[in-house]
Amino acid sequence: MPDTQALVNDFLNKLKKRKIEGSQATAKQTAELLRSVISQTRMPYTNQAAALIHSVKAVGERLIAANPVELAVGNVVRRVLHIVREEDLSLTTAAMAGLNLSAESDDEDDTDRDNHPALSAAAIAAASRSTLRPPSLQTLLEDVPDSAAVPHTSSSGGDSEGKSKSADKSSRSRKLKHDVIEAVNELIQDISTCHELIAEQAVEHIHQNEVILTLGSSRTVLEFLCAAKEKKRSFRVFVAEGAPRYQGHLLAKELVTRGLQTTLITDSAVFAMISRVNMVIVGAHAVMANGGVIAPVGLNMVALAAQKHAVPFVVLAGSHKLCPLYPHHPEVLLNELRSPSELLDFGEFSDCLDFGSGIGAPLLHVVNPTFDYVPPKLVSLFITDTGGHNPSYMYRLIADYYSADDLVLERRTTSGN
Amino acid sequence: MDPRRTARTVSDPKVRQVGFFTPAPPERSISDPPRFQDPIQPPSPSPTQVNDHSPSGNSLSPVMIPPAHHHSDNFLRTALQVTSPTKAFSYSAKTVTIPPENEDVASSFSPGRKVFSAKSPSSFPGVKASSVPASELTTVSVVNLPPGISEKAGGASVEVQNDRPVSAKTLKEKTSKAERRALQEAQRAAKAAAKAEGTKASSAASKVVTSANTKPSKAAKSSSQKNDGSQVAASEKKGGDRAPEKDRKKDAPHPRMQYDDKSRVEKAKKRAVVKQTEARNRVELFRHLPQYEHGTQLPDLETKFFELDPMHPAVYKVGLQYLSGDIRGGNARCIAMFQAFKEAIKDYSTPPEKTLIRDLTARISSYVSFLIECRPLSISMGNAIKFLKNRIAKLPLALSESEAKSTLMLDIDLFINEKIILSEKVIVKHAVTKIQDGDVLLTYGASSVVEMILLHAHELGKHFHVVVVDSRPKLEGQLLLRRLVRKGLSCTYTHVNAVSCIMQDVTRVFLGASSVLSNGTVYSRVGTACVAMVAHAFRVPVLVCCEAYKFHERVQLDSICFNELGNPDAISKVQGREEINYLDGLVNQENLQLLNLIYDATPSDYVSMIITDYGMIPPTSVPVIVREYRRDHLWS
Repeated sequence: MPDTQALVNDFLNKLKKRKIEGSQATAKQTAELLRSVISQTRMPYTNQAAALIHSVKAVGERLIAANPVELAVGNVVRRVLHIVREEDLSLTTAAMAGLNLSAESDDEDDTDRDNHPALSAAAIAAASRSTLRPPSLQTLLEDVPDSAAVPHTSSSGGDSEGKSKSADKSSRSRKLKHDVIEAVNELIQDISTCHELIAEQAVEHIHQNEVILTLGSSRTVLEFLCAAKEKKRSFRVFVAEGAPRYQGHLLAKELVTRGLQTTLITDSAVFAMISRVNMVIVGAHAVMANGGVIAPVGLNMVALAAQKHAVPFVVLAGSHKLCPLYPHHPEVLLNELRSPSELLDFGEFSDCLDFGSGIGAPLLHVVNPTFDYVPPKLVSLFITDTGGHNPSYMYRLIADYYSADDLVLERRTTSGN
Repeated sequence: MDPRRTARTVSDPKVRQVGFFTPAPPERSISDPPRFQDPIQPPSPSPTQVNDHSPSGNSLSPVMIPPAHHHSDNFLRTALQVTSPTKAFSYSAKTVTIPPENEDVASSFSPGRKVFSAKSPSSFPGVKASSVPASELTTVSVVNLPPGISEKAGGASVEVQNDRPVSAKTLKEKTSKAERRALQEAQRAAKAAAKAEGTKASSAASKVVTSANTKPSKAAKSSSQKNDGSQVAASEKKGGDRAPEKDRKKDAPHPRMQYDDKSRVEKAKKRAVVKQTEARNRVELFRHLPQYEHGTQLPDLETKFFELDPMHPAVYKVGLQYLSGDIRGGNARCIAMFQAFKEAIKDYSTPPEKTLIRDLTARISSYVSFLIECRPLSISMGNAIKFLKNRIAKLPLALSESEAKSTLMLDIDLFINEKIILSEKVIVKHAVTKIQDGDVLLTYGASSVVEMILLHAHELGKHFHVVVVDSRPKLEGQLLLRRLVRKGLSCTYTHVNAVSCIMQDVTRVFLGASSVLSNGTVYSRVGTACVAMVAHAFRVPVLVCCEAYKFHERVQLDSICFNELGNPDAISKVQGREEINYLDGLVNQENLQLLNLIYDATPSDYVSMIITDYGMIPPTSVPVIVREYRRDHLWS
């Protein structure tokens, strides 16, 4: 436990200092951290799923609070929670089947014994019902504290079984933990291989002699373009440099070394060039449930230009970027301001930055946001590792990855603290 | 001097042509010009400055599209009358009847509005005689030229204008400042009284005033009219006949040099003074534009300084300044070019067995092609050159060389004063009315006009916040930011990518322009289109500020067919961010192309309004201005 604590604190520090960049790296590290948290969680005899959920949530809350704009953290926490629930559910259903079997076989038992299996079976059914619940409006509104509901049902089930089948019990608990860790490993695998899955689809979207525009740098985009190149498609790429981080230079370098025809342009030239572009392919920071995209700064401008010229605006996003939240005022609330030094030389403007106009307010402000919000109507297509999707379908896709009970995680976090 | 005069000549018919004045053209035309005066008047009450401004006031009046409420301010109208009493007079002549003693005036200007081929010969010689002393004085006050030159200018100015402006100038010159002020007061009083009596009466009153003032010149003129030199008139007529068909040919803009046309590029290279090396990795899409290596020509040119015989040193200097980027911005480049040409004309002497008109035109053309080699011309410079060449072509053959030269130099000075400096001031006056307390104004790059607007609004005590949006590679916004902050404006600085984050707080967008094309497209610093587009998406009005001399009848739909390419190396290196050096070893890679566009074209849908020296117009009205303006200043 203490070494998990150290790991968590280390990761928290990194998040707070924004030392980890890129949603993929963050997602992967979060998943790894949660895996070690799970493996370190001491499992009680009863109610293991709830214990896991509780410990994951406790860590998850702190991680999310450390960097609320890095939505990948929250996404991974929710997905791990979802995994725990799923595994618990599959075990419960398996147990229910086993119970039914045992109820049939154990005929010679006394009367109250006869009652117990039925009771516990009912309890298990209730539990399974609660885990099986589809994400409906009612579920969301009910807001039944899950940790309360699940312990109750499984404790009743566990109590009934506990006495008789403790051996079976311990094997089940080990099984749950094992299964969850397996599933989290799979998730980590998914996160690290999502590029390949997305890149596989490149040939379907990139044609011969196309002109593609992108802004900034994204590994997904790089892999996507290179995959098309490997399939002997020849096309040209315009890379907007993506001020103020100029990641476009990095992408241009990678593309050039891989033999793609690359033209580096300034961000301001995007509108000028877009009339000759066939397709805009960009990476995303996060995809919201409404199909809106939190993307590197400048992409809203690109998306507007693409819309003006009817150029398809394609967003590549691994499934760890799909966020089950709906954005509200994302330009401000889901944004982050970086250092002004990236835009202005402090030495040159130091006299302007701090002298006051009588009231003490500085005359000069520098705004250097990190993200842009691209509304869903500007996005033509999402390409995720499960295929291409419309922005309007995102909410449904997201429902596959998250359980409805975890959507309110953040709200609880705030109310809890 | 000439453009001012011609402006007036043509201005009268122009009022009718534009057709914005339908209800009562004559009355309005009288009270219109003051509207231009009024913004200029308050900050500059000194008579010299009034003098300076008056040409713009007059020349601007014709095609202006003023909101109706401005007509009511008649108080400043008198100022106009002081500076150019004959103008008011001529208007009155039009409104009422042509009084017998002014018949010559009427006859001289009314044909003048077509093309001046139809000018009545009788009026010309008269003008000539009278204009000699007049222009001498004019030059002293308006352009501050040495009197020796201006004397010649007087003679040179004959062909273009009729007598009215001349007399106006005589008035101006003859009186000292104090006298003029006294006169102004008197006229103001007279004007006010006249106004009370109604338009007719007022015109009559002004007539009285003007006739009193202009008596000497008029007398001179009428006397000289009698002994008319028929040969001057004849030659003038010839020139006039020639002009229209030439203009008609020019009507459609020349196709621009396409640099993917190999044979023509070869030809051009042979003539070239500046040895250009082609860029290593040319961008395929822009093969039609010159893509040269930057930074190699400058040392080469510097060594050739003493060898380039035909190039005038002033032109040479300006060329080098263009090349090194020391002079940038449409207005600055245009002014620098014209100053250089002025120097060149001053030192010019016609070689034997050649005529000035032809030889000087050729000389100017060679200068221009040298400047193009240094940096492609902006559209505004193209317009200015066209203006100058027209002036040269229209010089009457009878003029002596020194007279012709001084005329041209006056023309140049007037163009700079009127079309650039005063235009800016007028635009500022218009634009300031669109700034309210509490506004958040966004501007992109560094436009000199927008800067003047912001500073002026600040001086007027308006409280507003400025957002300066900037982009690589030039980062001109930083210079603007520095100047604004120095003056105490509260500013926000950001880069073009963040514009959509900041746009929701913005109430107005002010943009400068390199040119406005006749389909309403605004051709401007690259990135302007992005800013305008985002503003449009956020429903923020976009106001483009552009002097009318930058308007062009060309049309363009995208930013690719015509553009200018900057130094590609500026893209790979990020100024002030040494850690971004990913491309250091790759610049010579065949696959990598660096594209440094200088301009882009903003579609007219994104532009709410264009503020120009003729008023505030929607982008759909640009062709009107282009047409009127051309006729006004380039054809006359």
